Amino acid sequence: MEPFTNVRGVAAPMLSANIDTDVIMPKQFLKGIDRSGLDSGVFHDLRFLPDGRKNPDFVLNRAPWCDAKFLVVGPNFGCGSSREHAVWGLRQLGIRALIGSSFAGIFFDNCKRNGVLLIELTQEQVGDVGKAVSEESTALIEIDLPAQKISLADGATLGFAIDDLRKDALVSGLDAIGGTLKLSDEIEQFERRHFAAHPWLS
Amino acid sequence: MFEDAKEPRTLYDKHIDSHTIRELDEHGHVLLYIDRQVANEYTSPQAFSGLREAGRKVRRPSATLGVVDHVNPTSPSRTAAVADAGGARQVSYFGQNCAEFGIELFDILDGRQGIEHVVAPEQGFILPGMVIAAGDSHTTTYGALGAFGFGIGTSEIEHLLATQTLVYKKLKAMRVVVDGALAPAVTSKDVIMALIGRIGASGASGYAIEFCGSAIDAMSVEARMTICNMAVEAGARGAFMAPDDKVYAYLADKPRAPKGEMWTRALAQWRELYSDPGAHFDRVVTLDAAELGPMVTWGTSPDQVVSIDGSVPDPQKEPDLLKRGDMQRALRYMALEPGTRLDTIPITHAFIGSCTNSRIEDLRSAARVLRGRAVAGHVRAMIVPGSTLVKRQAEEEGLAQQFIDAGFEWRQSGCSMCLAMNDDVLAPGDRCASSTNRNFEGRQGAGARTHLMSPAMVAAAAIAGRLADVREEDRADLED
Ligand code: SF4
Repeated sequence: MEPFTNVRGVAAPMLSANIDTDVIMPKQFLKGIDRSGLDSGVFHDLRFLPDGRKNPDFVLNRAPWCDAKFLVVGPNFGCGSSREHAVWGLRQLGIRALIGSSFAGIFFDNCKRNGVLLIELTQEQVGDVGKAVSEESTALIEIDLPAQKISLADGATLGFAIDDLRKDALVSGLDAIGGTLKLSDEIEQFERRHFAAHPWLS
Repeated sequence: MFEDAKEPRTLYDKHIDSHTIRELDEHGHVLLYIDRQVANEYTSPQAFSGLREAGRKVRRPSATLGVVDHVNPTSPSRTAAVADAGGARQVSYFGQNCAEFGIELFDILDGRQGIEHVVAPEQGFILPGMVIAAGDSHTTTYGALGAFGFGIGTSEIEHLLATQTLVYKKLKAMRVVVDGALAPAVTSKDVIMALIGRIGASGASGYAIEFCGSAIDAMSVEARMTICNMAVEAGARGAFMAPDDKVYAYLADKPRAPKGEMWTRALAQWRELYSDPGAHFDRVVTLDAAELGPMVTWGTSPDQVVSIDGSVPDPQKEPDLLKRGDMQRALRYMALEPGTRLDTIPITHAFIGSCTNSRIEDLRSAARVLRGRAVAGHVRAMIVPGSTLVKRQAEEEGLAQQFIDAGFEWRQSGCSMCLAMNDDVLAPGDRCASSTNRNFEGRQGAGARTHLMSPAMVAAAAIAGRLADVREEDRADLED
């Protein structure tokens, strides 16, 4: 997992509510057994016209947002299916962080596990950031995770909250499974107690 | 698991406390033990690959049940062949992974195959008091049995397979009280759709929901599963109900439920699974069951829902500009005009299936509406039973013949047109009355339009050739 520290890049606004993982990664891209090739699937039906050409109206097809590293999104982004393909695809497209007022639970966890930073702000703040990055000249922002700070093009800054566990995981890019396996003894002890108390579970 | 506590605790607290191996910080993160999981062919491949690449083992192979359900075809005669190359590769890789890691698998030709959330309860694999996590968002279904189930992504599946645990952040607790009696032809599907309409598609985001109230008590276990299943469409990361005698009766004869003395011991513990009087809920929502009618979605989010005797709402009357934009976009996609009565909207397809509504009671309720009637000429109607066992039972009860006589296709079990990952796909512009759970853009096929409703309502729509009020059917028919 690529560590996230201080990242500068263009942010693209996608402010509709309830953008679901079926829209982020349509079903025809879920047929793989590995993670490859998902960059072409992200927002497929929005990015491409039925004849396969790029849809010129879609924000990620227009300069400067075609190089976006961040998305500024509407409420409940990532709702619906648990498919992690949505996050793998965003990551492969070069997206490092999303700024929104609320994210769906499973999507939130999937982002954490793939080094994608989710920043939760108030709906009003999201609206302000979304407005700023909607202008070509002010689309470039910087996100400093260690300092928990977003800097907009005009120099304004916004702080954001994040719990230490998630922050540390993102900053260091650590392997969660390896970390948990260090607790194997405790897991084993728990298991022994658990099955002694509820033998029908073993 | 259910030790005495000083503070009154919610059912959710009890589940989490009894499965907490250790606390990881002061912000509610815990290392949570997971009793069991179900795996499918489409969200698990990369998890198994990850284990293999890191040289890791599956910690407790017997805790996982593998079920093929998402990509298999549902054509009326069952074969193991999956026409689509990607789907075929997923099925064969899944088989290889289950064999190599020692996981039990219900493959396409297994007599117990079906949608994972239908199969796991009917096998008695899910028991009260358990914590279950699985690579599918509708794992919440298991809450109807007094288990706590939630969906996870593929990285978490890998973590779970390797450690039998998850790093988990405790949720807030919401209680939804549904009191009163449902009117005839109004079902648990209508209750959950009404709730989603009320609190919104993210209304339960960050919460685990406990459902209670006289209307829930009166429901069958299968009807409760529909509610817990679809609670995720309100953003809930877990939804459940305290187990009761109905749950125990449901489980008693299931193949994997404990038997004999073990059953007696289990039952004694299960009876402790309820929220203590005075336990704190962060939010309480009440619904009056008697006020609810049959619900139908008009838009592309499950919270865009009205009663069948209502009309398509007018975005111009929505003061919130963001919401107005979303409504306009939904109406464009659905090709609907504000003010149109829902029961005048013609359909091209009718689909009964999915983990929300494909159990035997769902099929019975649809068959009751269809009896002696025929599907409208221009409608293609399909029934995909939730499992091979449900299918067999419906055939034994004579329901299958009623469906066929009415003009429905009677198919093999699987997810099918709920997400259209197999060859059951709608064409652009098709409009489907569907007993499924998601009306997202393109869910049942690019450009296809989905209206969510109960199975009985799908049957009524199939006959009428348009969205229709099932209450207009013969009342005597509905009440027997
Ligand atoms: S039936 Fe639909 S919602 Fe249920 S598991 Fe299958 S695809 Fe998912």
